[in-house]
This record gives sequence, C-alpha cells and structure tokens, in this order.
Amino acid sequence: MKAAFPFSAIVGQSEMKQALLMAAVEPRLGGVMVFGDRGTGKSTAVRALAALLPPMKIIAGCRYGCAPGDTEPCPDACRARAGKRVEEVPVPFVDLPLGATEDRVVGSLDLERALATGEKRFEPGLLAKANRGFLYIDEINLLEDHLVDLLLDVAVSGQNLVEREGLSIRHAARFILVGSGNPEEGELRPQLLDRFGLSVDVRTPTELSDRIEIVRRCDRFDRDPAGFAASFAPAEAATLGSIARARKKLPDVAVPDMMLELGSRLCQAVGADGLRGELTLLRAARATAALAGKKTVLPAHVGAVAALALRHRLRRNVLDDTGSTARIGRAVAELIPA
Amino acid sequence: MTLAVLAPQQDQSQAAAHATRWSLALTAIEILSATPAGLGGILLRARPGPVRDAFAAALGLVAPVRRLPASADAEALEPGLDLTATLASGRPVMKPGLLAEIGAGVLLVPMAERLSPALSARLAMALDGDGLRLVLFDESGGADGGDARVTAALADRLAIHLDLDDVRLPMAALLAGETGFPPQVDDIEAGEPIADAGAALTSAALLLGIASIRAPIQAQRLAHAHAALDGRAAIAAGDIEIAATLVLGPRATQLPPGETPAPPETAPDQPPDIPPAIPPASDDDDDATDDNPDSIPPDATDIVLDAARTALPPGLLDALANGIPMRAPAGGSSGAKLKSLTSGRPAGVRAGAPGRGARLALIETIKTAAPWQALRPRRDDGRLSIRHDDLRIRRFVARAQATTICAVDASGSAAFARLSEAKGAVELLLAEAYVKRAEVALLAFRGDAASVSLPPTRSLARARRELAALAGGGGTPLAAGLDLAQTIAGAERARGRTPLIVILTDGRANVGGGGGITPQDAALASARALGRAGHACVFIDCSARPRPEGSALAAAMGARFVALPRLDARAVVAAVNAAMPA
Repeated sequence: MKAAFPFSAIVGQSEMKQALLMAAVEPRLGGVMVFGDRGTGKSTAVRALAALLPPMKIIAGCRYGCAPGDTEPCPDACRARAGKRVEEVPVPFVDLPLGATEDRVVGSLDLERALATGEKRFEPGLLAKANRGFLYIDEINLLEDHLVDLLLDVAVSGQNLVEREGLSIRHAARFILVGSGNPEEGELRPQLLDRFGLSVDVRTPTELSDRIEIVRRCDRFDRDPAGFAASFAPAEAATLGSIARARKKLPDVAVPDMMLELGSRLCQAVGADGLRGELTLLRAARATAALAGKKTVLPAHVGAVAALALRHRLRRNVLDDTGSTARIGRAVAELIPA
Repeated sequence: MTLAVLAPQQDQSQAAAHATRWSLALTAIEILSATPAGLGGILLRARPGPVRDAFAAALGLVAPVRRLPASADAEALEPGLDLTATLASGRPVMKPGLLAEIGAGVLLVPMAERLSPALSARLAMALDGDGLRLVLFDESGGADGGDARVTAALADRLAIHLDLDDVRLPMAALLAGETGFPPQVDDIEAGEPIADAGAALTSAALLLGIASIRAPIQAQRLAHAHAALDGRAAIAAGDIEIAATLVLGPRATQLPPGETPAPPETAPDQPPDIPPAIPPASDDDDDATDDNPDSIPPDATDIVLDAARTALPPGLLDALANGIPMRAPAGGSSGAKLKSLTSGRPAGVRAGAPGRGARLALIETIKTAAPWQALRPRRDDGRLSIRHDDLRIRRFVARAQATTICAVDASGSAAFARLSEAKGAVELLLAEAYVKRAEVALLAFRGDAASVSLPPTRSLARARRELAALAGGGGTPLAAGLDLAQTIAGAERARGRTPLIVILTDGRANVGGGGGITPQDAALASARALGRAGHACVFIDCSARPRPEGSALAAAMGARFVALPRLDARAVVAAVNAAMPA
C-alpha cells in the first residue's frame, strides 16, 4: 500500500473537501454522497482524509475497533481479554467493492473454525472493519438494493445486528459513509438518497491551469511521495488542527431560534420533504460554524450549507429542467440577505 | 468497421501501417514490464487470433503472466478457504487468492468485456491500491459490435489503450514464431528535451476532449517510464509522443478545434498516412494555451496532438464526419442482474459446492452428512465426516427487473407530435423506474432504417440529453423497427431482465420488404417473428382513425392493442403500466 496523497494537495473540489470535513467533525450528519464524473479525485479525497486523521486508540487486538472508553458490549469481550492494554491504529478506510456479498459486508460464521474445530465463531465483516472510520462505496447506484438498504440502516443506527446461521451478534459500526456515483449510469432511489446527510456534485476541473496543476502534483507525488507529503505537512497540520478544534467546540455552538426558523423557511421555500433535511441543514450549519471557530450559527453558515444538505431532497419535477442547486441558490438569495 | 476484409495483396502503405501499430504494441509491453505500478496496464482491443497470440507471447517473455480463468469469481482473487482440500484433509487449507499469487506478474483477462460487475469492481480496486498490473483483451469487436463492454471504471484506470483488431503481421514471421520482441531499433528518437511535459499533455488532453484527469496523469507517468527505458532522466519529445499515442489518442472524443475531420474511409485504416504537417492552429487562435504562455512551449502540445492523431479511436472520425459527437461508451453490463445464487430473498437449499458467489448452507450440509456417519469410517478426532457430496448451498430469488423498450414511429407528418409525446412517456417511465428499478430504451424508425435512440438506461439525466437530439420525418420502415425491437428485447432477456416492447405507430408501413413483398407484409412477418419470440408487447395505434392494419399487426405479435388517437404521454404510461408483468 503506497502512502496516501495529502488532503491539502487536492486541487479545487472545495465543496467536496468541505463536506468531508463537516462529516469528520459531526459524524451524526449521516454520510456524504458524491455525484460526479470518473477521475475527479473522489476516492483520493476520502482516502486522504482518513490518512490525515490522527491514529485512534483501540483496545488491543479488538477486531471491532472498540474504543477504550466504549461501554457497549463487544462480541469479542475485548475488554475482559485485553484488560487495560490499548493500541493505536490508523483511522480505517474501507473501500467496499461493488460485488461484495452480504457475508463480506455484515460478517458471517467463520467457516474455517466451524469446519476445522467445530467452534462457532463470528467472522467480522467490512462493517466491523470500518467502525470509527470511513466506509467508501464507489458507484453506490450500481450496488444491489438490499445491500444499500442494509448499509444505510447500519450507518444511521451505528450498530450492526447479525441474525443468521444460528449467530446472534451485535456490534458497534459507527462510520462515515461516503458514496459516489455517476447519475448517468443509473439513479439512486430517492428514499436512499434522503438518508445521506450531504450531497456534493463534483465536476472534472475544466480550467486548464487547474488541470495542469493536478498533473504536476501527481507527478511530484509519484516521484517523491515523502518529499511531496513533507511540503504539504504545514497545510495538513492546519487542517487537522481545525478539525480537532471544531470537534471540541461543536457541542458549545449555539443555534439561535432565529436560525431554526430560517432553516424551516428555507426547506419550505425549496420544497424539501421531511424533517430529516431540516435537521441535517442545521447540524451542517453548526459544523460549519464550529470549523470557522464561531460560537453561534449565523445566517451565512446556513446559506453556505443549504445546497449541500438539501439538493438531493427536492421533489423532482420530471418536466422541469432547473437543477436543484439553482433552485436552492435562488431561495437562499431571497431569504438570506447578503 | 471499414476494414473488415483485407484485399488479397496489401499495398505497401497498409503493411507499413500495420508494422507501426505492431511495434507500438511491443513498445507498450516493454514500458509495462519496466514500470512496477502506476500505469495500471493495457486494454487491448483485438479479436482472438494469431496477432493477439503473438502479443500474449511477447508479454510472457517479459513478465510472468497469470490468466484469469473465465470461471473465476471475485472470491478467487481474495485469500480464502479451500473448501475441498479442507474437507479432504480435515484441517483448514487456505488458498492465497489470485491477487497474492500474481505478485510482480501480470494478470491477463481474456474476454474482458464479459467480466462481471463484481469482478470489474474488485480489479479496479486492486489497480488503485495494490499496484496490480492488468492486461485486458477486449473482444467486443468495435464500437457497434455487441452490447458488452469493458466497464468504464476499469478502462479509465488502464493507461495504455491499444487496438490490434485489423493488424496483420507478415505470415512468414508468424510461421517462424518470431514477433520482433524485444524491438530491435527504437523507431522514435528522443528528440528535444521537453521542459513541462505535464502541461503539454494536459492541454492536449483537453483539446482532444478527454474529460478524465487520469489520462494526462497516466500519460506523464508513461512518458517518464519511456524516458527511463532509454536511460534518460528528463522527458524528451519522443517520450511524450509515445505517451500521446498510447494514452491520449485512443481516448479522444473530438479533434482539436480548428480541424476538419479527415474522410472516414481512409482514416481508421491508415492513421500514419495523415501528414503530420497539418498546422493544428494552436499558436494564435488557441485560448487554452494562452493561459500559461510562460510555461508551455506551444510546440510541445503540438507534438502531443500530432502523435495522438495517429491513434484516434476507430469510429471517432466516422462519427465526426456525420456530425455526431462521440459518446464515451457507457458502463456496459454494469446494471446486469446478478445471479440468483448470490442475492435476493432466501429460497431454499440445493446440493452443490460453494464458490462463484454461492453460499454454503451449513446446517443443511451437516444435516445431510449426519445420517451417513455410522457408515463412514470414523475419524480419529471424533468430528463429523463431511464429504463433497454433502455440501448444500443456498438459493435466492431475485426479482426479475424489467426493461421497457419503446419503439417509436418517427416518420412523416405526425412525427413531431408523436415523438415529443413518446419522449415524455419515456421520461415519465424513467421517473417511475426509480421505484421498480426498471430500465427504459427508446428506438425510432424513420426513413429507411431503425436506430436505437436511447440504449436501455435507468438514468433520467442521460435520457433527457440523448432524446433532445431525436429527429423525425421520412418513410415508415415498420419491419426494421420491429426487428430491432426484437433484437434489443433478446439482448435484455440475455441480461436476465424482462423486456416489454411498446410500439407507437399508425401501423402503415411504406418502407421495407422488396423482392415482391410489400412493406406491410414484411412488417407482418416481423410482427409474427416477434410474437414467436414470446416477448410481452403493447401495440399503441396512434392514427387518427384506427384501421385494421394496426390490429392485424398487434394480433400477429400477440400484443395488447391500444388505440390512442389523441396520443399523450400519460396515456402511454398508463397503457404500459397495465401491461407490465407483475
């Protein structure tokens, strides 16, 4: 496995980077859906963010990545086994392949043990591996429906329940779900889209100077990964610092009543269904305020995240071609004076 | 393809062109073998034959090659339990998985266009993370030869795209088993050193209409690799030429602005004949390069463009000559239904070995083995003795997914209204298709032929874009339309989907037949063939006063007949929904 490309070295794609930072600060946002063309640095960005975060502490040898402070029971009974021993592991980044079977994802009976020693043991799947990290699914719109349902259910509940093959297992699976897909290859059902907290549209950069810069940076990275990473170390440290500060600050960021009202008026104006959009909008605004180091949510914060939080929740009018982003932009301009 | 049949005696220039392409292919192998990772590999478009065999042999000379057997599944790539060996020996026997076994070698995939989506996705992941080197043999045979394609996600990650489909090698050399590897002389001299190769390659990629940023990145990697092969540290003109020919040219979707497409008859066969002296007009009227006047010597971009022009994809020039922008191939079989052994609701158990996605039903396996324990020799460790015959696997039922194929009569005066309502119906069907995960295709028949306007898709965005350009007018080749509908329906059925054909016409054919058969009789014959194939059909007669021809056709194809003199999109959707298989 080669070293990860530095997060700060990604050219452009500011909306995607912002959404990922918000998800890292506020895990309850419920994941990020990235729509966009191939080769726009989607997986590079997620991988880079996972590599950027400081290593996390887990109970030594725990296959479920239990944190030392967790109180939830672990199927491995790791606390009893490892006692107070703690080890540091990198924040997991799990790339879920398109053809993954349900076994691989949720885990299954450890066949090897069952056949060889007759022991009934649970073999954790990718959900356990992704606990407290990132689960990235490329082309999520092509993933089988029942797997997508399952993933979103686990992502929202933070727990993976396994009831199969005579096993009854429950383990923590809190991860930031990042899906990506190209709408040209098939749409995602609106019910599923709604479950994602934020959605981002990425486009291949069209500016020649940007593209040249991307190619140059990739070339420098290819030839000297360590040196390249070192040149971006200050920027990386700054990003890391702002995430850490924002995480600490987040619980104290106040959301004034006026902002609550603004949120619901905005949702009404654009016709976003459901409470979930409104809640996500305010959570995202709070995360943005925390990242900006502010103590209260300002109208500008709500405006800045409106497109991210709502664009995938608008009722689609088949015969209206106006993009969701444009509709939200109009509503924001009306409701929030610049 | 214009070069389906070669003249018995090739003329000199053609032989030279083939030799050039062949030596290029060998250069590609050389570059791949010298680069540990980062280039992904080679996508070779070639039908099975001596040339491809020679290519594979040459590849085998420089790197250990593992073939991915056609029977492999995504699990074969990963480490796992070797179940048969485990049962036989009574202790766990692991197999390392193909990816681990390959190591520094090359994975060769014949019939790459038939790769399952699961396997494609896994290979793409391995290319990203593990530095796998992959060579795909794409046998789909041209832009229009069949529906299966290498998935775009995979093709995008392979730096080198080659086309050896029509290349002929001298028979004598093939007989002697001599393929000319390693290349005796390097045809391309190093030339001037290039200061900013990345900028030149990126500008050229943009001018060639290559959207993916991976292409210029890989082109630069390849240029570095080629320079390193020659023992040079800096990139020279020859290196970016090679990079342009192997990476950028085959991905081009447009010619650089200011150029007229060459006549399509000559271009695909003899790319090197295009005089490289065409002024590509990038000095003054090219805004793109003007952005960075200090960093890009304009001639470096020209070198790239000239080289890329020799390797344009077949079909691009034809498409440009006809005024159609070339589409990047869609994701191929990505939406295909997965086997019912792997997914869906559980539906019982049957005998069989796990693997290929099928899951072992453990309890059933043990139940099967239990009654025989008394007869089987007792094992020393006292555990169950399980044999291969005892293995049971689970079955699943996956709901068959539907594809609605709209065949629209785009002829004559009524075409405009009919087409716009048909487009509306397609969009409404797609909007509903969210829930049912159904796909919609649209084919139009007019003039003297039928053509697919919208290949089966679930994407509203794509449908809207492709339907916008649909034109109407001309005669009514009803037979051609029905035949095409049947072909698409057959292909959809082969993908494991349930096709439903919706025909919108006034039922009066005036083109087709010939040889004493009237167009109407030809249409009737096609309708009967459609009926025999057993596809579900809806026949929507949209003439102002329905006449018996329509209902006769509907009866011949066993279709539900709906007369809609005042056609509108919602009525069409209602008729389709009524006919949709439950």
